[in-house]
Amino acid sequence: MNSPIPILSGAPVPPPSDVQTRPIIAFANVSKVYPARNESAQVVALDGIDLQVPEGAIVGVIGKSGAGKSTLIRLINGLERPSSGHVLVNSTDVTALDERGLRQARRSIGMIFQHFNLLSSRTAFENIALPLEIAGFPTSEIAGVVEPLLAMVGLSDKRDRYPAELSGGQKQRVGIARALATKPRVLLSDEATSALDPETTDQILSLLKTINAELKLTIVFITHEMSVVKTLADRVAVLDGGRIVEQGTTFEIFANPRHETTRRFVGSVAGGHVPGWLLAKLRSERLAGDSAVLHVAFVGRGADQPVLSRLARDLGVDVNILHGQVETIAGHPFGSLFISVSAEPEILRAIIAELKAGQNSVEHLGYVS
Amino acid sequence: MSPEILRLIAWSTLDTLVMVGLSGLFGTLLGLPLGIFLATSRANELFPAPAANRILGLIVNATRSTPFIILVVAIVPLTRLIAGTSIGTRAAVVPLTIAAIPFIARVIEGAIREVDQGLVEAARAFGASPLQIVQKVLLPEAMPAVTLALTLTVVSLLGYSAMVGAVGGGGLGDLGIRYGYQRFMPEVMATVVLVLIALVQGVQTLGEAIARRLDKRSRNS
Repeated sequence: MNSPIPILSGAPVPPPSDVQTRPIIAFANVSKVYPARNESAQVVALDGIDLQVPEGAIVGVIGKSGAGKSTLIRLINGLERPSSGHVLVNSTDVTALDERGLRQARRSIGMIFQHFNLLSSRTAFENIALPLEIAGFPTSEIAGVVEPLLAMVGLSDKRDRYPAELSGGQKQRVGIARALATKPRVLLSDEATSALDPETTDQILSLLKTINAELKLTIVFITHEMSVVKTLADRVAVLDGGRIVEQGTTFEIFANPRHETTRRFVGSVAGGHVPGWLLAKLRSERLAGDSAVLHVAFVGRGADQPVLSRLARDLGVDVNILHGQVETIAGHPFGSLFISVSAEPEILRAIIAELKAGQNSVEHLGYVS
Repeated sequence: MSPEILRLIAWSTLDTLVMVGLSGLFGTLLGLPLGIFLATSRANELFPAPAANRILGLIVNATRSTPFIILVVAIVPLTRLIAGTSIGTRAAVVPLTIAAIPFIARVIEGAIREVDQGLVEAARAFGASPLQIVQKVLLPEAMPAVTLALTLTVVSLLGYSAMVGAVGGGGLGDLGIRYGYQRFMPEVMATVVLVLIALVQGVQTLGEAIARRLDKRSRNS
């Protein structure tokens, strides 16, 4: 992106977060280096990660592919071991556990996967029963656990269906039920909606929110889609090149993205990108009769104000909306508008000042005829 | 064909079935664990033992590359030790089993390696031990492929069993050589070939039917 959204001057106070509660997961200066092998040089997957997940929260880790997300989430249940640092889950240092101890710890950490990873040879019921069999549950008790889970994910009628007979969304529901079978306190989600269509994605995300609310289950998910973060997360950590470049509540991150990577992600859902047709017409020099193009990001309270109509009334200028989007993030309105105004330079300065007065961020992109 | 010849063909068919059945059974009993080991013992796998994996792999390859007829002759002392004799149907089971073990081990290794690694990761994430992963994930998921692999093995063993006739083993191959070839009875030879074709067809059809039943990956199962 050529013109990143500028840093907001007066970011709104973030909504109260629940960081006061004891973190259920804590990363302390965790690094993961894959040693050099044959021709390939060593790879630093994670570098000095510090991250705390409050109990009951939904925390999203977003990053591009290769940013280290997969490694990060797998450190929580010990599928990966760190090169240095410690990961505490439920006050247990999982990095200090041996294989036997890890197997025990993993039973209180559920996990769901991008490609569902259901056994093709087992029915929905039998797939959900698998973690219970592994944990040594007596056969007589298994149905008593599995049936309510099937009902919770809305698949009681698909009980005896094999995965090949289920849709992607249904498979992920089975995956979720399976992950909850051993009553874990933490659910890890590895790109759980990346293989699903948008509608199914929304259904799975709302199921996860319901589970979080009803079971008080802490959820840590990784994704490369900011739209998933926007819908699901309470808190976000942005991962880039193996480092957490930014973290905070979802609203903070959307309202005031500081790092370039974060801005790019936020721009991808918040309409912050200059549309291509506009970019093609933009020029930096003002010619006679040109209109100035402004990008205005409305955040929090600023988005409630009738800014544009006031502009027209108070300064007597015509405002033309070129492109824009207004939506709700973490319960707050959040808007991004591209507008053009035909005005002389001094009037333009007044317009920008007026717009900035309401906690909005304004950027002068150039001119169009 | 005279009734005696027909009875001979019937007995030879039974001999062949016994030889193939027993060597298939023993071959599976020994080849299956070997195949599982080969599929799970490289570095960073469930039971990492790369050195043992490499040595067993070499032995398997060596056995598989030895022509069967040479193997039969070469292991005569072993055959005598195990079966008490080196001729006849009982003796033929020994070289057939020895040939079947590495074959079965490799095809089962292949079938297990086909199982999606994501399933192994999921099972680990639920706290499964390596042994549980083999029992509850790898074997059940590989079952359709394993069935097809065993079918292939039985078909190959039918071919091999015809060869042991040449060194005094019983069965259809032996009958074909002694009557069909050496006594110039082309109708016996033709019948032997037809019976073998029918057996192969039957085994293949049965094996595929079982594999299809076990395979839940397609919607129309």
